[in-house]
Amino acid sequence: MSNICGNEDGEQARWDPGVHSYASMGYYEPDYQPKDTDVLALFRVTPQPGVDPVEAAAAVAGESSTATWTVVWTDRLTANTHYQAKCYQVTPAPGRHGEYLAYIAYDLDLFEEGSIANLTSSIIGNVFGFKPLAALRLEDMRIPVAYVKTFLGPAHGIVVEREILGKYGRPLLGATIKPKLGLSARNYGRVVYEACRGGLDFTKDDENINSQPFMRWRDRFLYCLEGVNRAVEQTGEIKGHYLNITAATVEDMYERAEFAKELGSVVVMVDLTVGYTAMQSMARWARANGVLLHLHRAGHSTYTRQKTHGVSFRVIAKWCRLIGVDHLHAGTVVGKLEGDPATTRGFYDTLRLDHVPANPRNGIYFDQDWASLAAVMPVASGGIHAGQMHQLIDLLGEDVILQFGGGTIGHPLGIAAGAEANRVALEAVIKARNEGRDFVKEGPDILREAAQWNRPLEVALATWGDVTFNYAATDAPDVVPTASA
Amino acid sequence: MYLRHGAFSYLPALTEDEIAAQVRYALLNGWPVSVEYTDDPHPRNVYWELWGLPMFDLHEPDGVMREISACRAAFPAHYVRVLAYDARLHRQTIALSFLAQRPAAEPGFRLDRSESGGRAQRYGVHSYATGAPAGARYHGAGYHVPEEP
Repeated sequence: MSNICGNEDGEQARWDPGVHSYASMGYYEPDYQPKDTDVLALFRVTPQPGVDPVEAAAAVAGESSTATWTVVWTDRLTANTHYQAKCYQVTPAPGRHGEYLAYIAYDLDLFEEGSIANLTSSIIGNVFGFKPLAALRLEDMRIPVAYVKTFLGPAHGIVVEREILGKYGRPLLGATIKPKLGLSARNYGRVVYEACRGGLDFTKDDENINSQPFMRWRDRFLYCLEGVNRAVEQTGEIKGHYLNITAATVEDMYERAEFAKELGSVVVMVDLTVGYTAMQSMARWARANGVLLHLHRAGHSTYTRQKTHGVSFRVIAKWCRLIGVDHLHAGTVVGKLEGDPATTRGFYDTLRLDHVPANPRNGIYFDQDWASLAAVMPVASGGIHAGQMHQLIDLLGEDVILQFGGGTIGHPLGIAAGAEANRVALEAVIKARNEGRDFVKEGPDILREAAQWNRPLEVALATWGDVTFNYAATDAPDVVPTASA
Repeated sequence: MYLRHGAFSYLPALTEDEIAAQVRYALLNGWPVSVEYTDDPHPRNVYWELWGLPMFDLHEPDGVMREISACRAAFPAHYVRVLAYDARLHRQTIALSFLAQRPAAEPGFRLDRSESGGRAQRYGVHSYATGAPAGARYHGAGYHVPEEP
């Protein structure tokens, strides 16, 4: 077998100096039986023209574990086969010319306990820029229970969050404050107040609301909590506003988080852009202080969306559950942002179930056992409206936060009316579902019935009832269900 | 004010048949149903009084409906809620909660502020009803039958 650097192996022994094929150095082991404690990864490998797929897959295993481009004698000072990642299976990706699925096993000893930064530095650290590969995508991972148990996971999780809020049996409702840039703190807090008093459970800072010249963070926190508490007073329900504490340094984030807690906020928020270590620090803070932690997946589409290169969001979702966020945006299917239904279902299962069975139709390649790690509340946000309520509940279920930003704030009768329309639509569909009605098929009727006695819903349906975003998804599973006779 | 509590507090008050349908849904899921009442509807008052124990192993809503009626009769001016409980591993929490009675007059809440430096405030929600001793807070019969639209 020719090696990736273009030299022939000839009759080299394993430790002869020079360049060997990765496969011949032990990074390809088709007979390897993965151990229950191994971290498993599935990569979609697209080799450069002329590169053997098995050698490319072995190179991925090598470059994401112990290998460098040439033999080094210092390997012989270690139990090197223990530390080598092993590619144990390579198969052509179904229906995808030139793409291969490579299964790779990593011994648990390769990773620092409870560190997503270390896990990701290993698995995606170097290898994605490796020249012999035209493209590489991390499709899925199996985190062994032995490693799961070194993470604290979500500080609260779905069950405890519901008990904190005292809200059961229905999805929660939220809205992101719009316009996302430019409002003064006083005006911004007005939107929080109106949306919460109208019937939402949460409002939200957008990802890029941090502390800009038009609105500094401290002012925003003061006015938002004023709005939240006025709404609690008027409704008798616990409400929250996700105060975005994302900042330039972790020290700044701690300062903002402490102030949010001091004001009595039940929730704070960070962006994915702060990085895994900062996210883990804030998760630890949230656990120590009893404040829910919302994560906005800002920036993820730069590496999750394209099918051949990057990291699938299902892997990001697993890392986020280990990190320990309480909320994570995971797609709407019907809204304005990317989201194939089956793929999105795989994300939701990953966040909510304790045991996630392998299901390639949803893009889930490995069984994942979470060993009682708390579940993450998925958040559906982006281009959704009250007229889709029956579809949203059918696709996303009950443990989800449905966020209607434009669909609340853009309501012709005002923000509170927009919030009320969403809440009435939600409760009407849940009630009908529980009564045994075919709520998906009858959804439009159920909403129209409620609109007969609720003017805000009537206006919402008249304004947005027909709005849809029908575009093909770029990130769909390879395995597509086929109709059976 | 109109207390928003439970899964259906933005809908017209449920009729007896509608309550029975929700109870049936709970029983079909294998969730025991219980009835609780209070005259302190503060949003952070977690522990409403138990009207007996959760009703396990029922198949029809009739027994639950009788207990709801009995609770209303005993506390005609209190809030009464119906809870379904999911004991499955990894849930072990309430699966559904909704009101089956509310007082005819709801005085609502007052927002208390304690002001401190840097314009920060600590907020507290105070229920007007709790100005009177427990049991003497709401007067007259509560209601649970929806008004005709």
